[in-house]
Amino acid sequence: MVKKGGKVRSKKQSTRVDLTAMVDLAFLLVTFFMLTTTLNKPKAMDLAMPDKDEVNTEAPIAASRTMTVLLGSNNRLEWFIGEPGKSAPSVTGYGKDDIRKVLLDKKQSVQQSTGKSMFVIVKPSDKSVYKNVVDMLDELHITDNMAFAIVDITPAEIGLLKRDNIY
Amino acid sequence: MPRIKVPRKSTAIDMTAMCDVAFLLLTFFILTAKPKTEDPVPVDTPKSATEVTLPEKGVALLTVGKGKVFFTIDGPEARKQTLLQMGTKYNIGFTPTEVKQFQTLDNVGVPIQQLKQYLGMDAEQRKALTAASKGIPTDSVSNELYNWVHEARVVEKNLTSKELLFSIKGDSNEEYPTMQRIIAILQKQKVNKFSLITTLRAK
Repeated sequence: MVKKGGKVRSKKQSTRVDLTAMVDLAFLLVTFFMLTTTLNKPKAMDLAMPDKDEVNTEAPIAASRTMTVLLGSNNRLEWFIGEPGKSAPSVTGYGKDDIRKVLLDKKQSVQQSTGKSMFVIVKPSDKSVYKNVVDMLDELHITDNMAFAIVDITPAEIGLLKRDNIY
Repeated sequence: MPRIKVPRKSTAIDMTAMCDVAFLLLTFFILTAKPKTEDPVPVDTPKSATEVTLPEKGVALLTVGKGKVFFTIDGPEARKQTLLQMGTKYNIGFTPTEVKQFQTLDNVGVPIQQLKQYLGMDAEQRKALTAASKGIPTDSVSNELYNWVHEARVVEKNLTSKELLFSIKGDSNEEYPTMQRIIAILQKQKVNKFSLITTLRAK
């Protein structure tokens, strides 16, 4: 006679499965999908251009509080304050430490020296890409420089870009 | 005094019902996540830190990629009327079947002269034609994009008496001159405010 390990296993075992873990998992997935589908909606960044035909009747903004940013090729840009040729432009990149720092610093200094907010003129060149323009606008939004305009670049400024090898 | 032992009952709850509800909710959310509409050209939208989302209705979309531009209007009624008006402008008649086809289309990406052919093709041929075509012509000679935009705005004003909003979905590496041309076309019609579609990134 074979001993079955001492115990007679003829008792039926319970077939109830504890579903708590399954429910936890299901709710986790539900929460995940609830959150990710709202984030999937494309974000929109508003852009307002000045009216083309309207002649600028307001007083021209003083050069001392305008910063001109020229967007060049290869994700490089250069900026200068005031009129072109008067102050040497500096080449920088689009990173957090580059243009954002510049925008914040200059915003501070213009506010202190003239008491009015800084106006930024963005001039993208033909060699820049859409991403550069969007990044620039993004940085302006982040640094809270809401006074800006996108205008066409002039040949003199293209010369500046060429001189600094970013055209 | 000896403690009276209260007969303990089992505290395990039957989770089957809860599990059913959970999976039902899950299925609901998976299905309501809108199926991804395929872009006519691969567009990699640039990242930005804005968190403002695009409104659902009343927005026309200009998809820009590889130097081509595609125009999407929302709502079947608006599409039908825009198509018919473009037809009268260019003296092209569209049959009701073609109009129906157009209403199901996601975007317009072929010059209007080829549009009739395009509507008659099936999905495979359409894909091939879209890849080969240059999108809607933006040059000032044909002025097609200008006309599409103009008619769409007129139709929107008639249907909902609200202005049509424009959004631009451009590829990150799109050369600026293309964007400049499109923005210039919009500015010619005095559409000076538009939204640029971007993907979210941390500041």
